[in-house]
Amino acid sequence: MFGYYLDLALRSLKRNRVLTALMVLAIAVGIGACMTTLTVVHLLSGDPLPGKSSVLFFPQVDPENPIMEGVTEPRPAMDYRSAMDLWSAHRADRQAIITSSPVKVRLPNSGQPPLMPSMLSTSADFFPMFDVPFQYGSGWSADDDTHHARVAVISADLNQKLFGGANSVGRILRVRDADMRIVGVLKPWRPTPLFYDPWNQNFSKSEDVFAPFTSSLEINKGNFQAYTCWHVPPSMGDLQNADCMWVWLWVELDSPAKVRDYARFVNDYANTQKSLGRFAVGSEHARLRDLMTWLTYRGQVPGDVRLQAWLASAFLVICLFNAVGLLLAKFLRRSGEIGVRRALGASRGAIFAQCLVEAGLIGLLGGFFGWLLTLIGLWLVRQQPVDYAHLAHLDTAMFLVTFVLAVGTSLLAGLVPALRASRVVPGWQLKAL
Amino acid sequence: MQIKPILAALRRHRLATLLIAVEIALACAVLCNACFLVARRWTMIEINSGVDESSLAVLTVNGFEPSQAADVNARMLAGLQAIPGMQSATLISEVPFGPQTGAAGISHDAESFKNLIGVVDFVLAGPGTYKALGLKLIEGRLPQPDDYRPATSFAPEDAQVLVTRALAEHAWPGESPLGKDFWCDKMHFRVMGVVDHFARAQPSQYNMQQGEWTVFTPVVPGGSLAGTYLLRARPQDVQRALQAARAAVPKIAPDVVLDQDNSKTLGDLRASYFKTDRIMIGLLLGVVVLMLGVTALGIVGLTSFWVAQRRKQIGIRRAIGATRGDILRYFQTENFLIVTFGIALGMLLAFVLNAVLMKFYELPHLPLYYLPLGALALWGLGQLAVLGPALRAAAVPPVVATRSV
Repeated sequence: MFGYYLDLALRSLKRNRVLTALMVLAIAVGIGACMTTLTVVHLLSGDPLPGKSSVLFFPQVDPENPIMEGVTEPRPAMDYRSAMDLWSAHRADRQAIITSSPVKVRLPNSGQPPLMPSMLSTSADFFPMFDVPFQYGSGWSADDDTHHARVAVISADLNQKLFGGANSVGRILRVRDADMRIVGVLKPWRPTPLFYDPWNQNFSKSEDVFAPFTSSLEINKGNFQAYTCWHVPPSMGDLQNADCMWVWLWVELDSPAKVRDYARFVNDYANTQKSLGRFAVGSEHARLRDLMTWLTYRGQVPGDVRLQAWLASAFLVICLFNAVGLLLAKFLRRSGEIGVRRALGASRGAIFAQCLVEAGLIGLLGGFFGWLLTLIGLWLVRQQPVDYAHLAHLDTAMFLVTFVLAVGTSLLAGLVPALRASRVVPGWQLKAL
Repeated sequence: MQIKPILAALRRHRLATLLIAVEIALACAVLCNACFLVARRWTMIEINSGVDESSLAVLTVNGFEPSQAADVNARMLAGLQAIPGMQSATLISEVPFGPQTGAAGISHDAESFKNLIGVVDFVLAGPGTYKALGLKLIEGRLPQPDDYRPATSFAPEDAQVLVTRALAEHAWPGESPLGKDFWCDKMHFRVMGVVDHFARAQPSQYNMQQGEWTVFTPVVPGGSLAGTYLLRARPQDVQRALQAARAAVPKIAPDVVLDQDNSKTLGDLRASYFKTDRIMIGLLLGVVVLMLGVTALGIVGLTSFWVAQRRKQIGIRRAIGATRGDILRYFQTENFLIVTFGIALGMLLAFVLNAVLMKFYELPHLPLYYLPLGALALWGLGQLAVLGPALRAAAVPPVVATRSV
């Protein structure tokens, strides 16, 4: 029966090619616009560390004192002392203390001009905690952290620029005025979004130089930048004793019990600091969000992208209504034919099914052209000067969604017209003939 | 034209009528809101930076120690001024559409942010920078040589400053801002003059009124005023002067690092700063056009169907004396009625959509005048779309009435 309906649907579509083409086009454009924007939203809200993100947590306390009016959430960074207190307590399975700063880098005794990449200052756990892939060598040890070791890990990009991609482990890099020994070179690593950085651009590149937190504070003293300060620092860049927020923490907690314990630890810390008079607010502004909750809270999908998705969805709804109207016209124009079929014994259900098959076929065609338009749309997104452009590719899931959405939309659009067509009274139509 | 028979006919096609009306309503809601968004972005793109953008460029170097700041400044200024075609090279901390360097909250009281005015950009500027920028003073006086103070932080400890009209009107509404004091923690500032316009570094990160909350702060070169240079040349020379300056940096100061991304003409900075907004405007307008096209298509499709369905009735009407014009007007009026119904629904929807958008974006209410404009556009679209099928209807010969089909 289905094959017969398909044959009927094809004949009917061929009968009025212009109308068919217009319907397919309207659905294709709607699907294309909708899927382009939805794909971008889908990609941007993805999990940067699948399988691992549920055990990574972002602890926050609020050292601002006095607190600004109307502020109900802690800022994304802490002052040096709070971050150091939380980090050196070592209450988590793994913990990384992090900040970043621009730094001057060059090769000693080479004619190459100096570079100004940004340096991530962190502790040994950073690399295993975030599954950072190494091309050569490895990260540094916790010992290196305590002994302020002059060691560094560099990105694949910087390794390419300075050493032409060769194994540079053991080579010396001059970072500002200090000589650091390279202990590791990363594989190309571009986490999207840049989840571990709570305040920079979501989809920017990761840093080029990674160095122990302790030693980089000495090396790049004076060049650190604060997220914000609640008192003007005595001098710009010297933030260790200033009332400024510029350091943050990530911790790994492997079991729910540990998460509970750590949350209690952070709350207790905030309350103790409040009773000491150092904080204005205690555990009310203490947070321990897991990675995905943090990314959602932070709003990783840019406002413009969300707006585009809204707009495209509204457009698809208009296309849907348009399709309903055109299908209604198309089906009812064949009232005579339907009357004959009904008189010859076809049930209402059969007419209904036949109409839906036709609607579905239009949806399938619309989906195919919509898929092509989506590919074009994503290509256009890749040409845009936005930092997430490189991400815009159609994955299998979204490819399937395209067709499901297209056929689903047209079946939905076909529902009411098909119902109307199946209600055609055969007697009237036969009389008219 | 009698409306009653049209309404009676529409009552027999309730579903199709409703479909067109809903489509029109959706189109009306999206049209009004999309145009509103476009207009807002357009005002942002057109922000008056207050400076002579066409004659200005900025050059940024970094990678030197604070102790070298004075030496780097002296060498850079001398080297840059020697470039042929360069009218002036002076020190500045940030320019409109470049990176932001000194934003801070200011308050009416010392050492307290209880009486907050807002977050403003402090633009530190060396001698000669005011003239190079081409700012327009509308009140008060210009900085004199002894107004330039040393700064090691984002601003001097105590300074006389120029503020923009936008900031003055916000901080001291209805009063003369001249001689007024404001503080940032312990730092004290006094207003000596008001400039007409001066955009902050990243205006679109703030709302429309705050884009010009800028404080022009005279500062002695050195300390925190080092490494960023404002170049001025005649508009036709500025690109060439900038290229020469970029090429000269390794010779002037071999040890510093030229910041490639932030050494551009102000025109280029502006263009790249607003590039995504331009794309967004294009996208919004593109969707609006497509949407209107699809809506028109729906009207054409359904009206054609109606015309085909009523061929016989049209023939009868023609046979008993209706003119072609009568038939044409019948379909036009019918379309007008449906579209009007859709617009009425659409105005409600437009406000609902606006409320939803306001929840997620910093947006004001949709101004009322968008509604009649949207209505006019849709009436026009409806009439255009119906014209083809209506003309076909008018062309139906009266003889159709005498045939059985």
